[in-house]
Amino acid sequence: MKRLYLLLSGVFAVLILLPLLLDKYVIGIFVMIFYYAYLGQAWNVLTGYTGHISLGHALYVGIGAYISTYLAQQLNLTPWVGMILGGIVAVLVASCIGFLGFRFGLRGVYFVILTIAFAEIARLVVCHIKPLGGFAGIFLDFRPSFYNLQFRGNVPYYYISLGLMAGSVLFVRLLEVSRMGRLMIAVREDEEAAQALGVDSFKYSMLAMGISAFMTALGGTFFANYVYYISPNTVLSMGLSIELILRPIIGGLGTALGPVLGSFILTPLSEISRSYFAKGGLEGLHLILYGVLAVLVVLFMRRGILLYLRRALAPVLRLEP
Amino acid sequence: MNYALLLQLTVQGILLGGIYGLIAVGLSLIFGVMGVINFAHGPMMVMGMYVSYWILVVLGIDPYLSLVLVAACIFVLGYLVQFLVVNRILDFPEAMQVLPLVAIGLILENSVLLLWGPDPRSPKTLLGLAAVPLGSATIDVSRLVAFCLAVAITGSILLFLKKTDLGKAIRAAADNRTGALLIGIKVDRINNFSFAMGAATTGAAGALLIPLIPLSPHLGHDFTLTAFVVVILGGMGNLLGALVGGLILGVAESLSTLFVPATMKQVVSFSLLVVIMLWRPQGLLGGRR
Amino acid sequence: MNALVVESLSKNFGGLTAVQGLSFELHEREILSLIGPNGAGKTTVFNCLTGFLPLDSGDVRLGDRSLKRLRPHEICRLGMVRTFQIVRPFLNISVLDNVLVGAMLRERSLARARAKALEVVEFVGLGRFSNALAAVLPLPLRKRLELAKAIATRPRVLLLDEVMAGLNPTEVDELIQLIRAVNQEGISVLLIEHVMRGVIALSQRVIAINYGQKIAEGRPEEIVKNPAVIEAYLGREFLESQG
Repeated sequence: MKRLYLLLSGVFAVLILLPLLLDKYVIGIFVMIFYYAYLGQAWNVLTGYTGHISLGHALYVGIGAYISTYLAQQLNLTPWVGMILGGIVAVLVASCIGFLGFRFGLRGVYFVILTIAFAEIARLVVCHIKPLGGFAGIFLDFRPSFYNLQFRGNVPYYYISLGLMAGSVLFVRLLEVSRMGRLMIAVREDEEAAQALGVDSFKYSMLAMGISAFMTALGGTFFANYVYYISPNTVLSMGLSIELILRPIIGGLGTALGPVLGSFILTPLSEISRSYFAKGGLEGLHLILYGVLAVLVVLFMRRGILLYLRRALAPVLRLEP
Repeated sequence: MNYALLLQLTVQGILLGGIYGLIAVGLSLIFGVMGVINFAHGPMMVMGMYVSYWILVVLGIDPYLSLVLVAACIFVLGYLVQFLVVNRILDFPEAMQVLPLVAIGLILENSVLLLWGPDPRSPKTLLGLAAVPLGSATIDVSRLVAFCLAVAITGSILLFLKKTDLGKAIRAAADNRTGALLIGIKVDRINNFSFAMGAATTGAAGALLIPLIPLSPHLGHDFTLTAFVVVILGGMGNLLGALVGGLILGVAESLSTLFVPATMKQVVSFSLLVVIMLWRPQGLLGGRR
Repeated sequence: MNALVVESLSKNFGGLTAVQGLSFELHEREILSLIGPNGAGKTTVFNCLTGFLPLDSGDVRLGDRSLKRLRPHEICRLGMVRTFQIVRPFLNISVLDNVLVGAMLRERSLARARAKALEVVEFVGLGRFSNALAAVLPLPLRKRLELAKAIATRPRVLLLDEVMAGLNPTEVDELIQLIRAVNQEGISVLLIEHVMRGVIALSQRVIAINYGQKIAEGRPEEIVKNPAVIEAYLGREFLESQG
């Protein structure tokens, strides 16, 4: 294991130093890599570790984005606090959804549909709330300062998103080996068998929902203050819900590094396809690629690319098989 | 109480509901035979819409006339999807079947986006804006024709399943896969055919919708959900229930515009979905769970 | 002293009566077997006892505590644990981690839970495989793993659902030894079993049920000669032909 940690520390060190070498555009790509890795990781906490699939996670991104933005604009509240409040609301909403789903025994596909329904309802409702900008959304004022979580240039965002990503990897790794994490995994593997061993599967499913929602909402706040524009179509859409699950699926669901690997593979792909087919008339091509990759991975590398990589590198890194 | 308005809305709802029913029949059939929820159902419908649109633009044939051709195209698409992907995921745990189908939906949606661009389109069709009066209400002729076609197609499918040998084989396979295998039914072929048929019906529904709503590549998700609402209403695997559920939903959505803006009417249907899933997931009319 | 008391347990499914007015006691430190032909209602009884199915009427008491409306994990917490007829290992984690889940019920400290889990893994003879993924184990070893997971929860009562099915005679004997050892630790055992070898070797008492009702109760040697039991398994004609 030592060698793996050494390798990861090395990579991390490189990532810290990278902004000194790269231009703004490339730094921006990394911001998106880290950001989507983080979102995917947040989703991974729920789906990778308890097995409940959510296809409505954009709901929490939207909650984080809208609440922190609204409070910043109306009350001049710093998004650093706004994101926590957004996180809390996200936890409350997730708890409702979780309660309805788990208490009523909505398993598998029905639970997925429940999550989609809630996200879509939220999107449609927000479209009709004038103070939140309705269909058109909200443009954030550019008032760069640490207090406002807004900065000139991409470098500060790079480090924040890197911190989010790295922090989430650490968190998930610690979760995996903790008591709570192991019980969540038991729920994922076989919920009834876990219950028969005294595991309160409802409690652990709810915990996972809450943690996942909280983390996702933080990402929403970050995103809002990075792109300076939020709208139901960008932060509450089904498209976002689908995009954010692709990286953990392809990289490796239920692993700490899977979402990161997935993001490093997928995000540059979208940038490349965007710049090769520059006119923008071929938008959506990268999503087709994502879709194909996802199908291939699910069919042939069920547990994601990470585990295949792990097997290939195991001798080199001296990992247990 | 404005009875004229009420009548108008109800009729509109029924007419649209027929098409909802058609979309849902496909979803219900696929679930009934293979136990798979086709998350790419909406995007397949959109594909049908755009193929029909393309035929209209290139060959000048009205969507209602090219219906069979469009259905055939989407049939082939569905067959390919089933053959290449769905076949391999039949034994996956239910939740893991979701992901490949969502991915396929993603591929389809963005293929449409790539080929035709993001702007909504509202092509002119033969029946255009013609309308006929019905009591104190007016009905769009295209809506009426769409409804009749939708019901006709649904009816034919139900007849097909009941009367023909292939149809009976499909019902057998849906009921008991192992049993069907044991008596020599080629379940694989049945699966391929059923999925393709489910896709074709939803593609046809897409064509029927052209005169009624603007085309957009992103319609897929909402229609998958709508189909799901209908199927839940009518009972998973219950095809007649799908038609009835469609009518119920159509009317419910239509009448809801009395209370909420038209753009919010899906909130009504999705909320209905949540309530029914929690209260009676086997559907109002019962079906396989 | 009774470890478990079942009183007039009844369970219907729609129009079908699966279990009807079943009453019995499991004495402290006893090994009791529940036998009966397929479809007699045995697994339904287990599911009702352990909270996986709600009882229609009757009661189940563990010690002096009624289990009637409790959920499976609560019942396990109170000290009654079950295994599944079709084994359900947590496939993607190691054998040790599997047992650890059970051990964590009683130990808040991960270190102590792991120590306990290791102890149990050794006890059932899976020590060599503790770091192997559960998925690689063959059936007989999976059965031991199932047993280990259950024991790790430190139960007072252990419910084993056809744990000997699908094993060859040697494997059955090994399991018999294991179950005896578990019983000697003070755990009362209720077995659903078809493998008569195990029933006779292990049980102090046997209860036979058919069509959801108790048809006989007594020592193993008596039960196998009981006409009602023979009729249940082999039919009236056989019974009559035996004279």
